[in-house]
Amino acid sequence: MAPLLQVDNIEVYYGVIKALKGISFEVNKGEIVALIGANGAGKTTILHTVTGLLKPKTGKVIYNEKDITKTPAHKIVTMGMAHVPEGRRIFSQLSVLDNIKLGAFTRKDKDEIEQSLKYVYERFPRLEERKNQIAGTLSGGEQQMLAMGRALMSKPDFILMDEPSMGLSPLLVSEIFDIIKVINEGGTTVLLVEQNAKKALSIADRAYVLETGTIALSGNAQDLMNDESVKKAYLSE
Amino acid sequence: MEFLSAIIAGISLGSIYALIALGYTMVYGIAKMLNFAHGDVIMVGAFMMFIALTKMGLHPILCIIFGTVICTILGVVIEKLAYKPLRKATSLAVLITAIGVSYFLQNSAQLIFGAGSKTFTSLFGSGNISLFDGQIIISHNTIVTICVSVIIMIGLTLFINKTKTGRAMLAVSEDKGAAQLMGINVNKTISITFAIGSALAAIAGALLCSSYPILSPTTGAMPGIKAFTAAVLGGIGSIPGAMIGGILLGVIENISKVYISTQLSDAIVFGILIIILLVKPTGILGKKMNEKV
Ligand SMILES: Nc1ncnc2c1ncn2[C@@H]1O[C@H](COP(=O)(O)OP(=O)(O)O)[C@@H](O)[C@H]1O
Ligand SMILES: [Mg+2]
Repeated sequence: MAPLLQVDNIEVYYGVIKALKGISFEVNKGEIVALIGANGAGKTTILHTVTGLLKPKTGKVIYNEKDITKTPAHKIVTMGMAHVPEGRRIFSQLSVLDNIKLGAFTRKDKDEIEQSLKYVYERFPRLEERKNQIAGTLSGGEQQMLAMGRALMSKPDFILMDEPSMGLSPLLVSEIFDIIKVINEGGTTVLLVEQNAKKALSIADRAYVLETGTIALSGNAQDLMNDESVKKAYLSE
Repeated sequence: MEFLSAIIAGISLGSIYALIALGYTMVYGIAKMLNFAHGDVIMVGAFMMFIALTKMGLHPILCIIFGTVICTILGVVIEKLAYKPLRKATSLAVLITAIGVSYFLQNSAQLIFGAGSKTFTSLFGSGNISLFDGQIIISHNTIVTICVSVIIMIGLTLFINKTKTGRAMLAVSEDKGAAQLMGINVNKTISITFAIGSALAAIAGALLCSSYPILSPTTGAMPGIKAFTAAVLGGIGSIPGAMIGGILLGVIENISKVYISTQLSDAIVFGILIIILLVKPTGILGKKMNEKV
């Protein structure tokens, strides 16, 4: 079976700076794939290129056997891809409920949207308690939940998450990772970017290790966890 | 009673500023640019209505619709041709382009309609209403201006807060990238914003020229600057801010005219702007904007 996402030798520039120097990887249906690497390695750039916020200079992004390299970001959403961006980027001046509803912006069927809303509230009961609150006043953990809930409202087949554990307490980090597992078990494929390599590898099926715009290592998450170079560079506390 | 009259006239003038300021502030909020050609759209609208009335002999309501439709299209076309190619350019380049568009509109109007001024006939009749045994006289124009502005402001507020398109506009104004990730077409949203802003400018043109009946290619310039001031005063990017800023500016201007000096009123208006911005740089309702990719 063809992979759900196939990234083929992409090069991405910021002006003259080459941020990605020929990246290839794939994600199969049902997997959790982790992208790990130091700050500035290019993880966020990869996610932005997959969801269309950035366009590669060369290379291709194939999703569901369709070439989406030149498809605008707002159309890619309708193909079943959702992106939980780095830093959450919730709409801080809108209410929690308005944020969640914006996640379903491209969907038409009111009943189905209502069902998704129920699902999101089940996953994140705190969002329901705070649905009328202005989103900018939520705590960091709640904002992360809102960003995830908002993404789930598009009923995605494939969800990309950029450092969901950033800035959260260890307890919350575990909670977020549990939820990622549950989302995956519900049939959604996950591409997870993390600096918290240990946590990421513990729930991922496979992983890619990124170093300054290239993929340095890849493999089974379990194997990478036992790899000496990975241990030294990313797993030391 | 004189004071009350001055206030009412000020509110009327201020509501016109508010309508124009809404266009400035919405475009700023969403496209993060100052559209200095916005004031000239008022002038184009007024000329279109003038022609529809005097040359085509249309009913005043049809004249307003005609001018509004033309301006809506004009606003969208200006954005597509002049500003869209500069989406990734520096804000200085965009600002200079906007000033260029402003001159282009003024000079085109001069070429087509001549540099001289025309006398605009009120689209709302010329009658008056007198209250308190004639102690307060309010013109039909004033009443129509205030009513139309209030209806538009309520309508716009409902549109922004209750419709999907309105909320998309709020999302785009806060974070374009995140809005795209929701499936919002940013270019389309910017077009809609220019369309709404320009339609409001056209209606403001009808109200303005009905009350102050001199029409020339530079008619839009001064109200444009005043409305920009109002938008900054209220907090640029804030819709209620533009409404409050506009009305406040109109009232201050008119009170200064009546009680201090007609010549000095503009100086007083801009002086107050400077003071308010020294005290609160973000304007009355302004929030700090943190811009993202
Ligand atoms: N908007 C930008 N403009 C210029 N350079 C950028 C921009 N965003 C990221 N970069 C650079 O691209 C590289 C990759 O960044 P990023 O993808 O954010 O890394 P990561 O998410 O792995 O921390 C870094 O060197 C970073 O400095
Ligand atoms: Mg990053």
